[in-house]
Amino acid sequence: MKYLFWFALFLPLTTLWGQTLSGNEILKKVDQNMFSENKILTSHMMIHGERGSRNVEAKSWQRGTKEAFTEFLAPAREKGTKMLKLQDMLWTYSPSTDRTILISGHMLRQSMMGSDLSYEDMMEDPHLPNLYTAKIASEETVNGRQCWVLDLTAKKEDIAYESRKVWVDKIRFVFLKENLCAKSGKLLKTIDVREVMEVQSRWIAKSVLYKDVFKDGEGTEFLIDSIVLDATIPEYLFSKAALKK
Amino acid sequence: MIKFLLKGLLRDRSRSLFPVLIVAAGVMLTVFLHAWINGAISGLIQNTAHYQTGHVRVMTKAYAMHVDQIPNDLALLGVDTLLTSLRKTYPNLLWTQRITFGGLLDVPDEKGETKEQTPVAGMGVNLLSANSPEWKILNIQPALVRGELPKKHGDLLIAEELAQKLNVQPGQKATLISSTMYGSMSFTNFTIAGTIRFGVGQMDRSVIIADFSDMQQALDMQQGASEILGFYPDDLYHEDIADIMVSGFNAHFTNTTEKFSPVMETLRNQSGLSDYMDLVEKFTRLILVFFIFVMSIVLWNSGLTGSLRRYGEFGLRLAVGEEKDHIYLSLIIESLLIGIAGSLLGTAIGVAGAYYLQVHGFDIGSMMKNNTLMFTDIIRAQVEPSTFIIGFLPGILATLLGSAISGIGIYKRQTSQLFKELET
Repeated sequence: MKYLFWFALFLPLTTLWGQTLSGNEILKKVDQNMFSENKILTSHMMIHGERGSRNVEAKSWQRGTKEAFTEFLAPAREKGTKMLKLQDMLWTYSPSTDRTILISGHMLRQSMMGSDLSYEDMMEDPHLPNLYTAKIASEETVNGRQCWVLDLTAKKEDIAYESRKVWVDKIRFVFLKENLCAKSGKLLKTIDVREVMEVQSRWIAKSVLYKDVFKDGEGTEFLIDSIVLDATIPEYLFSKAALKK
Repeated sequence: MIKFLLKGLLRDRSRSLFPVLIVAAGVMLTVFLHAWINGAISGLIQNTAHYQTGHVRVMTKAYAMHVDQIPNDLALLGVDTLLTSLRKTYPNLLWTQRITFGGLLDVPDEKGETKEQTPVAGMGVNLLSANSPEWKILNIQPALVRGELPKKHGDLLIAEELAQKLNVQPGQKATLISSTMYGSMSFTNFTIAGTIRFGVGQMDRSVIIADFSDMQQALDMQQGASEILGFYPDDLYHEDIADIMVSGFNAHFTNTTEKFSPVMETLRNQSGLSDYMDLVEKFTRLILVFFIFVMSIVLWNSGLTGSLRRYGEFGLRLAVGEEKDHIYLSLIIESLLIGIAGSLLGTAIGVAGAYYLQVHGFDIGSMMKNNTLMFTDIIRAQVEPSTFIIGFLPGILATLLGSAISGIGIYKRQTSQLFKELET
């Protein structure tokens, strides 16, 4: 009964506190929840194309926002292909040619492994507060979860998506849905989070459906198989030499 | 009468020389332009067929809808079966499968790092079979500039202009970066066997040619092809036959609800060529109509001037009892003779000029740098049977029309006034 009393007392206060958060503050809290300095994850992408589905498996090592190393594990054709992101540069290594090639210019806009994600998406700074200003547009329920709907507007030009509409879980501070738009306001991609998981006190999207609206097919399902946050990552991985190992 | 009139024309050059020269100039221009346009269009059609569309092309319905984007994710699958079926059903055509693709050609330095990289437009064609029709269709042997023709898997031909831009020599390695049929990035090493120049600006800027099976492997297109092209053995586009064949094929093979079912299209209905050909046909007709119109006005004016000069002559002829109709008829016959003479002369000069350009051509390469149509750098006129008659009818018609209009003045002369006129 005593607990119920305290719960009843604080429930309106927490709700009030939640309502007083500004859009930018919500975005910062999402960033604090989702971002960890280092992480190692294994994942797979189920790419639903027009002529069937393909499964692509990968393991990634990420350090901060500027360094990432990814090795593709399956299918056989992609196995051994590696990608290295260092600052604003992205290299890819293909074992069949034994070549390391810099991906730049218009190639960055190409689909990654035939998925609904582009290389540019990979290169994006994951700290959204650095890129966007946010305003609360409304409140909605997504998958049974109460959400703020935020309108994000780019702070600078030369950005892949000029504006975004994001649905933020009010309790977990994780995105449940995103609409990514061009400068003209035209919808380019949609992201639907189908499942979230709690890892080391953080809420992380476990299963996400990416859909490039200009691509036929049913989108790309991205699933995290395992994730370790704040992991120790060997230094040598973030060098071009590691691509050929 | 004709002999009499002819003598008159020859003896009085002021009546014949100027009109003949005008008609000859107009006819010459018409004949020459007709042959020139013919040559340019024939070259365009031939190049478009050889390098792009074939005389007929089979693709998937979905591929055909976005053909300009080269969407290999929508390519044909099970092409061997389809090819066998096409060869059996339409044995009069040469059938060949191709993969068209875009990508980047990356040339490494000694450490394997990117030294040069440039966008390329590529073709995967059957190069490794001696019986391949592609050798003749693409005219590969004469197009070779340096190096040698592909002999083994992994050999690549690249445009000479591209080789110079990338500073690569035959024998060097290069990596093709492209997209597989399923959208993944693909990397494939090739050896540059030789460099080629087709003399077609659009091809010579950025084309690379690899063996068909190599490209199937590179772009993960097992049993796949972007398109199957059909060519008439005489290398001429027979539109009527092609239309019938396309209707028959599409009725039999194309499933309206299945986007990957094969569909056949004629050369004319592809790459915006039908609009272009229609435009050229209209333009040719417009030239002829304009020529007749302008010539008629000039010859009408010339006839009026002549009539004024021959005012006394007509008056005298009327005064001695010649019928107005007879004088008018003699004027028309005179103009007919002038028209024939002028048209003969104009056709002779026009055909000679066109023939010269058919043999030597005119290099317009510098003007075609950003052109996206399959024009050759050297445009040649094309003399054909129609070239000999195309200027004839307008030449005669214009002369007749000019004389017919100016000759009406004969009927306005009053017989009662004739002697009074002659006295003055």
